[in-house]
Amino acid sequence: MKKSKFASLFLASSLLVGMLAGCGAGEEGSGSKGGDEIKIGVNLELSGPVASYGSSQNDGFNLAVEEINAAGGIDGKQIKLVTVDNKSDAAESTSAAIKLTSQDKVAAIIGPATSGNSVAQVQIANDSKTPMITPSGTSPTVTVADNGSVNEYAFRTSFIDPFQGTVAANFAANELKVKTAAVYADNASDYAKGLAASFIKDFEAAGGKIVQQESYVAKDTDFRSTLTRIKGANPEFIFIPGYYEEVGLIVKQARELGITVPLMGADGWDSPTIVDLAGAEALNNTFVINHYSAEDPDGKAKEFADKFNDKYGKAPNSFNALGYDTVYLLKDAIERAGSTDGTKIKDALKATDNLDLVTGLYSVDENHHPVKSATILEFVDGKQVFNTKVNP
Amino acid sequence: MKKSKQFWPFILLAVLVYVVIQVLISTEMMNQFYSNTLILIAINIILAVSLHLVIGITGQFSIGHAGFLAVGAYVSAIITMKLQLPFAVAIIVGGVIAALAGLIVGIPSLRLKGDYLAIATLGFAEIIRIVFLNIDAVGGAAGMQVSHLTTWTYAFVCLVITLVVIVNFTNSRHGLAAISVRENEIASDAMGINTTYYKVIAFAIGSFFAGVAGALFSHNFYIIQPSQFGFLKSFDILIFVVLGGLGSLSGAVLSAILLTIVSTYLQGYPETRMIIYSLVLIIVMLYRPKGLMGTMEITDYFKLWRTPKGGSQHGK
Amino acid sequence: MEWIQQLINGISLGSIYALIALGYTMVYGIIKLINFAHGDVFMVGSFIGFYSITVFGLGFFPALIISMVACALFGVIIERIAYKRLRNATRIAALITAIGVSLLIEYGVIYIRGAQPEAYPNIFSNKTFSILGAQISIQSVLILSVSVVLMILLQFIVHKTKTGKAMRAVSHDVEAAKLMGINVDNTISATFAIGSALAGAAGVIFGVYYTKIDPLMGVIPGLKAFVAAVLGGIGIIPGAMVGGLVLGVVETIVSALGFSLWRDAAAFIILILILIFRPSGIFGKNTREKV
Repeated sequence: MKKSKFASLFLASSLLVGMLAGCGAGEEGSGSKGGDEIKIGVNLELSGPVASYGSSQNDGFNLAVEEINAAGGIDGKQIKLVTVDNKSDAAESTSAAIKLTSQDKVAAIIGPATSGNSVAQVQIANDSKTPMITPSGTSPTVTVADNGSVNEYAFRTSFIDPFQGTVAANFAANELKVKTAAVYADNASDYAKGLAASFIKDFEAAGGKIVQQESYVAKDTDFRSTLTRIKGANPEFIFIPGYYEEVGLIVKQARELGITVPLMGADGWDSPTIVDLAGAEALNNTFVINHYSAEDPDGKAKEFADKFNDKYGKAPNSFNALGYDTVYLLKDAIERAGSTDGTKIKDALKATDNLDLVTGLYSVDENHHPVKSATILEFVDGKQVFNTKVNP
Repeated sequence: MKKSKQFWPFILLAVLVYVVIQVLISTEMMNQFYSNTLILIAINIILAVSLHLVIGITGQFSIGHAGFLAVGAYVSAIITMKLQLPFAVAIIVGGVIAALAGLIVGIPSLRLKGDYLAIATLGFAEIIRIVFLNIDAVGGAAGMQVSHLTTWTYAFVCLVITLVVIVNFTNSRHGLAAISVRENEIASDAMGINTTYYKVIAFAIGSFFAGVAGALFSHNFYIIQPSQFGFLKSFDILIFVVLGGLGSLSGAVLSAILLTIVSTYLQGYPETRMIIYSLVLIIVMLYRPKGLMGTMEITDYFKLWRTPKGGSQHGK
Repeated sequence: MEWIQQLINGISLGSIYALIALGYTMVYGIIKLINFAHGDVFMVGSFIGFYSITVFGLGFFPALIISMVACALFGVIIERIAYKRLRNATRIAALITAIGVSLLIEYGVIYIRGAQPEAYPNIFSNKTFSILGAQISIQSVLILSVSVVLMILLQFIVHKTKTGKAMRAVSHDVEAAKLMGINVDNTISATFAIGSALAGAAGVIFGVYYTKIDPLMGVIPGLKAFVAAVLGGIGIIPGAMVGGLVLGVVETIVSALGFSLWRDAAAFIILILILIFRPSGIFGKNTREKV
């Protein structure tokens, strides 16, 4: 036995080398750039805890690509999506990005959905000069590194966190004229934490007082105990940044516990499911910041909602819309660049100006943050009703 | 520690493998995809082998290995990112702190047996994860950004050291004592072996190398988040060890290699990835409940006259 | 006032844990297998209930019964296909198989219907009434009563029926039970059927009470229910009920004190303390390991 141990390692390691050589030879041919198609990498959370975000965006991507290809593609070239699953895990996201850039040699990457998984991809994008657009990676750290320098190849479709928090704080202090507020944020997402932080800062600057600050973790289902605690502090207003899956339940449980004050959230709330989850009645007296108003009868949003409904048989949520827009944002840049060269696409993306997308007019600032207006909607009997528009 | 005859050929081969791959990488014959997969394989082998020491050799059923991976990952990240110390220091300190965590977890819980021990280690790993989740200095749930410092050289050197230490431990007097604990704890206790001591030692060594793997892991993937170290990660590591065959070192190494490659290959098939993975697990366990290699080492297949080692593994 | 409210919150949560924990504890009691797929049976039950209500327009009770029957069948199928062969294998092999089955069910469901969550329809009115200042919804009263009825039914089955006697005999000593003419295979299947039916019921109740269901919903409640089962003494039926309730109330108290992020840690800390100081659980008897 003593002797055999090292000998066995010996063999195991030689097998390792053999196996890798084998798999290397098998896949080498697939890396060539197609002549009449544009390869776009998709790095998304298609399994694991946040698979519902990733698969929603994937639906948006597929709808947009189908439309573009049916209309003749980009400059006559068809788009081919190379989809890779990152299991909702940052390490897998890095590996996926490496595979897309060095194996498949894609022209650009769209995704991932969460900020953390996007950060895991940024460096790969920069090193390989492959532009990436995250549909919903809202944390500023995706496009701006810790030392303040801009990650040249990283872009996003959605708002950044601080903007929405500021909008919410101003709305609460000036429009609703409340003096005290509670914040109940999703601690598992930097999106919600970022919103909460900027809300608290601006609400206090406007003379308000935060009476209670609580957190939950995504995938929780029971919020009653914390809500009971919030109720005890008697706030006039509760800010709940987070995603619809939990927020729907929070709203429902809050109303059941007799909390009647206005509640407010941001674009993470946008999904028809929230009405099913919370119930139309419970959603009365709640406000939400969004990119667009889906009820707008002649806007692009309505057109998108119809097309989406035709294909998937359901109403779109904000992840679907952001996914759809991401593809069009990239298409616009590739057309203006006139090339699939990474650096040229990046420069074109940087110069995006007032592009008309489903989620509003879109421009990019010097930090690669989008410049677009926000719409505040109020829920009335399960319908979103336009309230105010806030420009950046 | 006695050196076996194969020691020097092993080192020689290791150097050879290293040089060949390093040349391929630096001449760009091998692109980033392959070098990244190789680093990932090295990390997974370290994890598999370190858990093999705990489960395969000492017979202690731990399903919380991801906790020590997390300790190594976070501690090393703090050392390079916050204290600006060199990466080599971070790897060692990450391992040492993980080993300390292993002692803290191991001393109370290793009194338990079988399923109870498994549940306790699972619980400890979850607690470790929740602690990191609640420390804002390391980014909480949003995670902590880490520079990319892991290279093929670091990964390979750590891998070789891990293998050498664990093989030598297994072949030493201590290793034999650990195996006797696995085979029959009461009997080995009666023979005067301090079973608790050997269990704790094996656990601490296992945790040390899990911490080393954690350091390599965190510096390879740009960001670490507590959600990466949940119990599913522990199960992944456990699966390496069990699929290869409990008690078989080369089995653990082989299944770590195989599963990493399979998992990378399946990335492109998101719809069916996890279904295939889980079916493979079930089928292997149903038809080869002792794992692919059982307790055999790969060399045993070339020496069929040897009587297979083993007997029952654990529990009954 | 606030504390009464919190207690009610805790008991509602705890009764769902208890229902899932019962299945864990029964299966462990009889074949010493930590059935990690149990949480996923709970998820499947929830979806079956959901589709019976939305697609076939059934009410709560028919949906509950359909889900329980379907889950019972499902549980038996899992047992026959995956676990039966492993009865004499090592525990670790059985555990890995259970993990595999769990992943297969989760991702099978995702493959069939996608990963997006679904909202349970409101079948009961959202009306609440207040007792001593605490808001109690009709739903939570109903849920509590259904849970209690199911637990009493289970006690009856285990203690008064022939199958129940056989189950207790098999869990005590498989060999001896076989010699006494008990059909061990059928008894084990019956255990899986009953445990899975309870998980199915828990799934429907969970859906009605918490509204949101998704294919990965079983993972965390499954793990928590397992903790509850260990807390009460694994293999002991009243232990699982008490364990579930205690866990629900403790988690609620931790959140109520403002440490909601440490809630899961609290569950595991209790688990470890119990394991170290009283490994057989609250209701367990200390037994010496046989040589």
